Amino acid sequence: MIKKLAIILITTFALTTNAYAGSDGELLLKKNDPSNVKDCFEGLNRATFAFNQALDGILFEPVAKAYRILPSPVRTGVGNSLNNLSNLVTIPNNILQGNFKEAGINTGRFVINTTLGILGIFDVATQMGFSEYVKEDYGQSLGTAGVGPGCYIVLPVLGPSTIRDTAGSVINIFGGDPWYNVSVKNDTRYFNEKDYYVSRGADGINFRAKNIESFDNLEENAIDFYASVKSLYLQDRKQKILNTRGVINTMDDSDWEEIEEQ
Amino acid sequence: MIKKFLALNLIIFLVSLKTASSIEPDIFVQSTVNRASNTLSGDKTKEERILELKKIALDTVDIRGIGFYSLGKHRKALSDDKKKEYAKVFKDYFLNSFSSRLAEYSNPVIEVNSKEKINDNYTIVTSTLAATDKRPAIKIDWRIYTKNPEKPLIRDLIIEGLSLARTQKEEFNSIIQGADGDIEALFTSLKNFSNK
Repeated sequence: MIKKLAIILITTFALTTNAYAGSDGELLLKKNDPSNVKDCFEGLNRATFAFNQALDGILFEPVAKAYRILPSPVRTGVGNSLNNLSNLVTIPNNILQGNFKEAGINTGRFVINTTLGILGIFDVATQMGFSEYVKEDYGQSLGTAGVGPGCYIVLPVLGPSTIRDTAGSVINIFGGDPWYNVSVKNDTRYFNEKDYYVSRGADGINFRAKNIESFDNLEENAIDFYASVKSLYLQDRKQKILNTRGVINTMDDSDWEEIEEQ
Repeated sequence: MIKKFLALNLIIFLVSLKTASSIEPDIFVQSTVNRASNTLSGDKTKEERILELKKIALDTVDIRGIGFYSLGKHRKALSDDKKKEYAKVFKDYFLNSFSSRLAEYSNPVIEVNSKEKINDNYTIVTSTLAATDKRPAIKIDWRIYTKNPEKPLIRDLIIEGLSLARTQKEEFNSIIQGADGDIEALFTSLKNFSNK
């Protein structure tokens, strides 16, 4: 079973890598541009998207709305502790991307928030002046290393992804996520798999609760909601892989220049 | 000598007149935001809000420019007549979409932070939509078209790094591609949205 999965992973890696050695900023920008990402399974993706929307309507949105009834400090505490837990994946990815300074900062953040912040409920590190926390994952590290996104796919329940980002998520369950390792893989006295899946579910609900109005607004005003979500996901991933929040670094202005002539 | 002096004075006067009437992009954004906030925070009905928001959009957004940007590669295939028709259909769609997107918000607080000039035609103005108890603060960047410095216009909103114009362009492309390249499918979708 593990051998099979390893073969799938290597094949995926080979399919999505096409210029590992020659990757630079410009190539990364081009390769991850949403217009260059193929929707190879559009029919299936649209069907899965419709399924996810139905599931969201009957399950995730109502739960997210109920979650929002909780007092703001409780939700902040939940969000903080989930963010703190995500450091366990962010730190190895900081190292994989060569960002050793961020790896050090995030390690300090994790230690302080887990101890002084009582299992991450309080974000003491930020109050002490630590820089803003930015999550990293294995999909981003693969992207930074020059692996192309491959085809766009919509996963059941989990939502938008690409072949590369899905491969990145698979790394989590093959030792890449220490939280998964201690809770699911090596069922310890202190944690079991229920803890892992509750934390993942809470992460999803927390994200959904923060975006109820934005999602509703987007859905109501989109003429092709599937295409809008796909574009937003791919823009977001491109920005994260480039590790920039600067608009100028990620936007291609050529189309804007052409319309001067209309 | 006097002639030269008068000519110099005239040039200085004309230059200062031009400078005086140009509007700084960040001030333009702040005043647009204030106009929208006043509309959304007052005791107005939803219909009144929508009417006022449409007026603000007509004054401050380059609707025609966004429309042609959103067409992407497909705009090259349009005849002049079709371009005219598209400009009208898009304008109706944009005004309806824009006003209904914003009409639901009440009293949004947006603070303009800084600006960065990309070139003579564009300046990016950065701002923050203040957090509420329901959602965190949101970073909004404004792409301001400054070719005419006296009449700057909004061409894009970039929310947390995600461009609305870009999203719309890919949405339009998807509709056209889904209809085997028939641009009429997009016209129909836009008209249907406006008639909702």
